[in-house]
Amino acid sequence: MRRFRTILTATLLLTADPLHANDIAQDPRRSGATFMAPETRAMQDDDTANPGMLWVQEGEALWTKAGGAAGKACADCHGDAQASMKGVAARYPAFDRELGRPVNLEQRINLERARHQEASPLAYESRDLLALTAFVARQSQGLPITAGQDPQLAPFVASGHELFTRREGQLNLSCANCHDDNWDKHLAGSAITQAHPTGYPLYRLEWQSLGSLQRRLRGCIFGVRAQPYDFGAPELVELELYLMTRAAGMAIEAPAVRP
Amino acid sequence: MAALINVPPRAKRGDIIEIKTLMSHIMETGYRRTTTGEIVPRDIITSFTCRYNGAEIFRADLFPAVAANPFISFFTIVAESGTFDFEWIGDNGFSATAKAAITVE
Amino acid sequence: MSEDQTTRRNFLALAGGAAVAGAVPIVSVRPVQATPATMAAAIRNVVGEAEVHAGKVKLDIPPLVENGNTVPMTVSIASPMTSEDHVRSIHVFNEKNPQPNIGNFYLGPRAGRAQVSTRIRLADSQKITAIAHLSDGSFWSASVDVVVTLAACTEEVI
Repeated sequence: MRRFRTILTATLLLTADPLHANDIAQDPRRSGATFMAPETRAMQDDDTANPGMLWVQEGEALWTKAGGAAGKACADCHGDAQASMKGVAARYPAFDRELGRPVNLEQRINLERARHQEASPLAYESRDLLALTAFVARQSQGLPITAGQDPQLAPFVASGHELFTRREGQLNLSCANCHDDNWDKHLAGSAITQAHPTGYPLYRLEWQSLGSLQRRLRGCIFGVRAQPYDFGAPELVELELYLMTRAAGMAIEAPAVRP
Repeated sequence: MAALINVPPRAKRGDIIEIKTLMSHIMETGYRRTTTGEIVPRDIITSFTCRYNGAEIFRADLFPAVAANPFISFFTIVAESGTFDFEWIGDNGFSATAKAAITVE
Repeated sequence: MSEDQTTRRNFLALAGGAAVAGAVPIVSVRPVQATPATMAAAIRNVVGEAEVHAGKVKLDIPPLVENGNTVPMTVSIASPMTSEDHVRSIHVFNEKNPQPNIGNFYLGPRAGRAQVSTRIRLADSQKITAIAHLSDGSFWSASVDVVVTLAACTEEVI
């Protein structure tokens, strides 16, 4: 079983390009990129034209900027991000031993700031936090998603799955109603994707800005006329975690561009 | 504000090269309203200029209809090695510059 | 503050006076929308009394737009781009945004190729027109009809 998984992972690694996800036999999973118009895909594929890269560039500058009472920069402990952050975004949300629960990448960055830099947390969806998240996520470009394999995460993955399949809101819809049962159909003018979080944080044309997965989840929950969870709420982290396990093996393509 | 510039680092004399620029800017149209009904004031980049060794080779007037984080790409014939200077000017005294060097053989 | 108003005045003059409402920041006024007539007036501001010929200009915009906030657009004109025969400038207009102007792009013989790409905002399904001003003084144009749909769900503003 382990050998099979190694072969499968190797195959996925070799064919990690999300645009050719269909070439992998037996895998009906498709990146959100494959549901987009060619012009929008072209925007994502060209690093010099992808608006998300502006945040990656800012994140690169922030990586070496000293901050907090300890006067340390991320680079002081983590060195060259290209090496030290490789694969990190692909395995988040991850279990945090101190808190005893999973945290997402944004929360990990703020925990590091508090624990090692003695710096105040960056606000969710703030420019700096998005820039750092985008920069870190970028270091996992092309790598397969490995989040959720830690056995300690199992109850949280299950909780996320329950949230994904539970109907909610005035429209009484669950995530699964659209994204498991009706993907490739259209909601008004927009294509319904399979909702794989391979590209986060991403530049959404509707936002005209880079935004996190939690922002997108809150938007969808608001869309079915339910009360969205607050940024950083455990429910949102569990949903993120479940979505990442559901997309296990698919390649990270951050920062993506989406309509 | 961040800018992403793409200029090929080297080219042959007489080559036509494409220059791509991306600038961080909200390009607030001046037509949106806050949740309490107030207009959010216009805040856009109004002008973009590119100079090549001091001579203007491209200029653009931008209006609110240009999308946020403006992407502008254009072409030029390279004649000699040198520097491209890019300048963005906008509302509320916005001013940003960037440079890119090219080696022409 | 006066610099702001000067910019706005020039800007309004180009818009053919369509956006008089925008000159004074009154909260309750709805922005006047561009119409085919104001687009024509904005074009007149650039072209004057000269005739605008259809042709030579290629306007690339997806006919069905994925999201009206960011629409990729490329304007190109087949031109030798020599000092005797080149494109001086390209002007792009629209019919239904609050203002008729989208952008003006100034080239010249050093451009090598008369092609500009950018991303624009389109408020509604409408016609986009690109006009090229050549070195011999002539004006050429191309128009495209674009369909714009709204996003499926509205979201809270962050």
